[in-house]
Amino acid sequence: MPAPKPAAALLAPFAAIGRIVVAMFAGVGRIAIFAGRTLGRAVLPPYYPGRFLEQLAHIGWFSLPVVGLTAIFTGAALAQQIYTAGSRFSATSTVPAVVVIGMVRELGPVLVGLMVAGRVSSAMAAEIGTMRVTEQLDALATLRTDSYRYLIAPRLLAAVIALPLMVLAANAIGIFGGWLLAVQKLHFNSASYLAVTRKYMSFDDFEMAMVKAGVFGFFIALMGCYHGYRTTGGAAGVGNATRNAVVGAFVLILSSNFLITAMVFG
Amino acid sequence: MATVPKIQLQDVSKQFGGNAVLDGLNLEVEQGESLAIIGQSGSGKSVTLKCILGLIKPDRGSIKVDGEEVVGLRGAALDRMGAKFGMLFQGSALFDSMPVWRNITFGLTQGKQVSGHRMRIIAEENLERVGLDRRVLNLRPSELSGGMQKRVALARAIAPRPEIIFFDEPTTGLDPIRADVINDLIVSLVDDLGVTALTITHDMASARKIAHRVAMLYQGKIVWIGPRDRLYDSGNPYVDQFVQGRADGPIQ
Repeated sequence: MPAPKPAAALLAPFAAIGRIVVAMFAGVGRIAIFAGRTLGRAVLPPYYPGRFLEQLAHIGWFSLPVVGLTAIFTGAALAQQIYTAGSRFSATSTVPAVVVIGMVRELGPVLVGLMVAGRVSSAMAAEIGTMRVTEQLDALATLRTDSYRYLIAPRLLAAVIALPLMVLAANAIGIFGGWLLAVQKLHFNSASYLAVTRKYMSFDDFEMAMVKAGVFGFFIALMGCYHGYRTTGGAAGVGNATRNAVVGAFVLILSSNFLITAMVFG
Repeated sequence: MATVPKIQLQDVSKQFGGNAVLDGLNLEVEQGESLAIIGQSGSGKSVTLKCILGLIKPDRGSIKVDGEEVVGLRGAALDRMGAKFGMLFQGSALFDSMPVWRNITFGLTQGKQVSGHRMRIIAEENLERVGLDRRVLNLRPSELSGGMQKRVALARAIAPRPEIIFFDEPTTGLDPIRADVINDLIVSLVDDLGVTALTITHDMASARKIAHRVAMLYQGKIVWIGPRDRLYDSGNPYVDQFVQGRADGPIQ
């Protein structure tokens, strides 16, 4: 076998990087086209309010227990850590302040986003992916039903509406968890803890949390639907779609969270 | 004056990743005719159907239904064209989240909530056409056997009373007796309802029973087309090898 030309060998790593970058941009483009197509069709009838309410229940209501559990433990653990981390001397004001700011600005939206992504993106990708490989999506088309309107749009809309409500609930439960630990275990005065909590609760923080939640909800449903829709190749394909949906949603949630935080506080 | 063919494909070509699946395909199906396309797995049979349905856009060529060009139709025009078609999928492709009656009436409601009572009656009528009764109305597709799923899928395909029905391997995965039940149903749909049928299959017994004419697809082209009686003495080496199931011959 002849040895490769030195120039080609030198360029090979760059070519490999180039291919990855091109593939990445192509992927982002395909996702954007998918999202644009869904939004474009969703504004025109027919609408499916029944499908929307069904998804709202799936994404919001049935995720509440797991979200509540996550929030209450995180709030309590946060209170404990702040207390132990050397601020004992001004603990009475620091603990409630850090709990409320930490929960509302970062932990509430991100944890809810990640928990719901694990639950919902995966389920959506698996369901739509199975419909793809069993030709149910083609069957929809032959029965003259637009799968973007019937399947995708209700999921996107439901997630964008459900997530902010769930983040509100998670914030309240997380703050409650911190208060519970502080009062029960660390013997804080309940009234003064709540007074400090109220003082550090700001409307602007809640507003940012809601914006984050809406964006995360969009990404959760988008990743689930996109990867499900593009599934190829049987059971293994559905497995791949499910994994890609969850990983994609996690990456988008964490990176967009950073971007929003950096924009608001930067 | 010659009548306009129900379906007319001219020089239809489609590539997937540099691999020519359809390569200048020509085919005509007459009104009320039942035509079967035979060919190996991967010879482009499914792609042909999906091109006619508008699910896949061919790279080249023309597809006419009732003399009207299908390629490039969008929106309302595509929807109007789609109303002419029904399709029976290979794996039935029933919606497993819905009971049988909602599956059957899906083409009429397009997934919207409408009067359940009236839809159940329509579902029952269509179930009777395929030899099933009201006992299965409320079952989920997963609770049915493969043969019953096929029949429910057939009821779903005929419920909107399409003019043309595509059958994608209608007998695959069924035992010979169940398969023949499906064959009989297809024959009766063509005879009684006057639909135009296009079937893709590699079940020779099925092709001979349900089709008026048979076409053989090989490497993206129709290499033989003729009446079903000539299937076993076509004089075409490709057809001979295929219907006799020999490993040696022009098809490798």
